[in-house]
Amino acid sequence: MTAVEAPAADEEVLEVTPEFEAAAERQERRRGFLLALPEFGYLTLFFAVPLVIVVVYSFATRNRFGGTDLSGWNVDSYVKLAEPLVREIFFRSVWLAALTTVICLVIGYPFAYYLATRSLRVRNVMLVFVMIPFWTNFLVRNYAWRVILGNDGPLTKTTEFVGLGEHEYLFTQTAVVLGLVYGFLPFMILPLYAAIERIDRRLLEASRDLYANGFQSFRHVLLPLSMPGVIAGSILCFIPSLGAYVTPEILGGAKTTLLGSYIVTQFLTARNWPFGAAMSFVLMAIMLAATVVYFRKGGRTL
Amino acid sequence: MSAAVELTAITKRFGDVVAVDAIDLVIEDGEFFALLGPSGCGKTTTLRMIAGLDFPTEGSLKIFGDEVGTLPPNKRPVNTVFQNYALFPHMNVLDNVAFGLKMSSVGKAEARAAAREMITTVQLAGLEARRPTQMSGGQQQRVALARALVNRPKVLLLDEPLGALDLKLRQEMQGELKRLQEELGISFVFVTHDQEEALTMSDRIAVMNEGRLLQVATPEEIYEKPVNRFVANFIGQTNLLEGTVENHDTVCLANGARVAAPSEHATGTAVAVSLRPERAHIRDRGDIPPGETSVDGIVERITYLGNARVYDIRLDWMTMEVREENRPGMQVCEPGTDVSISWDPSAISVVTD
Repeated sequence: MTAVEAPAADEEVLEVTPEFEAAAERQERRRGFLLALPEFGYLTLFFAVPLVIVVVYSFATRNRFGGTDLSGWNVDSYVKLAEPLVREIFFRSVWLAALTTVICLVIGYPFAYYLATRSLRVRNVMLVFVMIPFWTNFLVRNYAWRVILGNDGPLTKTTEFVGLGEHEYLFTQTAVVLGLVYGFLPFMILPLYAAIERIDRRLLEASRDLYANGFQSFRHVLLPLSMPGVIAGSILCFIPSLGAYVTPEILGGAKTTLLGSYIVTQFLTARNWPFGAAMSFVLMAIMLAATVVYFRKGGRTL
Repeated sequence: MSAAVELTAITKRFGDVVAVDAIDLVIEDGEFFALLGPSGCGKTTTLRMIAGLDFPTEGSLKIFGDEVGTLPPNKRPVNTVFQNYALFPHMNVLDNVAFGLKMSSVGKAEARAAAREMITTVQLAGLEARRPTQMSGGQQQRVALARALVNRPKVLLLDEPLGALDLKLRQEMQGELKRLQEELGISFVFVTHDQEEALTMSDRIAVMNEGRLLQVATPEEIYEKPVNRFVANFIGQTNLLEGTVENHDTVCLANGARVAAPSEHATGTAVAVSLRPERAHIRDRGDIPPGETSVDGIVERITYLGNARVYDIRLDWMTMEVREENRPGMQVCEPGTDVSISWDPSAISVVTD
């Protein structure tokens, strides 16, 4: 055994020891970290820092002239969140966002399923159709809805013509929900499509073979397997709807103030930055908590 | 008693493509039946039509006498073991197996009890709580079997059931499937492209190619008396010696040699004489046992298989394969040796296109 005098150093290099593997792994991780560094830097600078500023401001005091004094730290802004008006706006926003999400889900799911079961060519063409609206400015599209829903617009004219009587749509909650559904439907369709497309079609066939009718097959196989898409789509729909500003501002009336508009008002009109900051922060915390719960719950059924 | 499955002039077209072309087929109750053919021959489409996953374009399809042509799969008394199993990844083994019973509104407790029993039958007791993804291929195969059989189907359909398993496991499962089928007494209809699997397991085999049914017969008959060139070639190895029919007892081979080959074909018909490699023997040149037919050739190559040697023998107009069992004391010919190949006239079959 010891007769051969191999240089010890050489042997160490050749042998793949656990230490060597661990070192290689460490190096690999370091390389990954370096690649992600620009992203970390960006997030820190433009996400974490502003968020800290929001939190700091939420504990500050509004002075008499509408400015913000970074002194006399207090929780007044958070106490003010319990006021009935805020609560009303909050629940209205949640309700409209939930309604938007459900409508998007009900419209989007069959469409996503249809899309996922077409030939590749048809799919690509239809995906482009889904995304075409994005090529026009969001603001412009909302103004287009104003034309559609307006008092002399095509929708009113049509309902009048078919004898449903005169209806006012613009500046109502209906208009806001219509606008929100229109705006966020693609965000529901795309993750749903991605999730459904991944499902092995033979699983559906297997369920039909095992005596499930069409609905049971959907309920017990398709829906649970597409749950990641349902969750992702719902979050992508609900969160921007909850904080929506442009659509309610353009299509909604004074009676339908939503959280987004209310927060903007605090900063621009009421000049109560601490209150606006507190509301933003709490809203974000609630959405974060809801997302975590939703994912956890979804994760269990998967 | 009507047949388990009866197809009459069943045709399936996908657009312009004819997947299944007017086939007639009767599968008896209690039969282990194989649909055999190369990929794209229509065997899977045929199985899917029996399952109700595809509907025939034309023709009649009966299961135990009832026309089921366009009945959805959930209304047919058959169940399927899918290729790659198609187990529900979001359910554990127990729920997978109980699925069919739950859907056919058997009580939950009852469904679970029956599922447990079936899981024990396929020797997976104790693994009820596992997810399919946590199981080996062989175990998944058993789950798929249990999931289908727990519903007590009148016919079990299997689509390439053993395709994803390695050789050892496949052989084991072949025996097990056969045993299960005999125990249950229902007919198993299985699709395979593996001729050996079809020969080993089936009571009868239907050989398909290009949407047509070429031959339906027992494994012995298919192997011994193939109806045409395709069947002869597809089932096992064979040498096809081209020739024309001279009379009912003789075929004139391409090189002008006459061989004894009884057939029903008219004089002048282009045929091939199918000679299985193991039915021919290598002799010293000219040393032919009485009554045997022979051709002369030169040993070109020898492939050693362990239990046998396969000789490639070059004739004037083609190369033939001869397989000699590896018995003790066997004389081994060297490449380049002049030899004769001889066979008993009963060893061959005459096939046409």
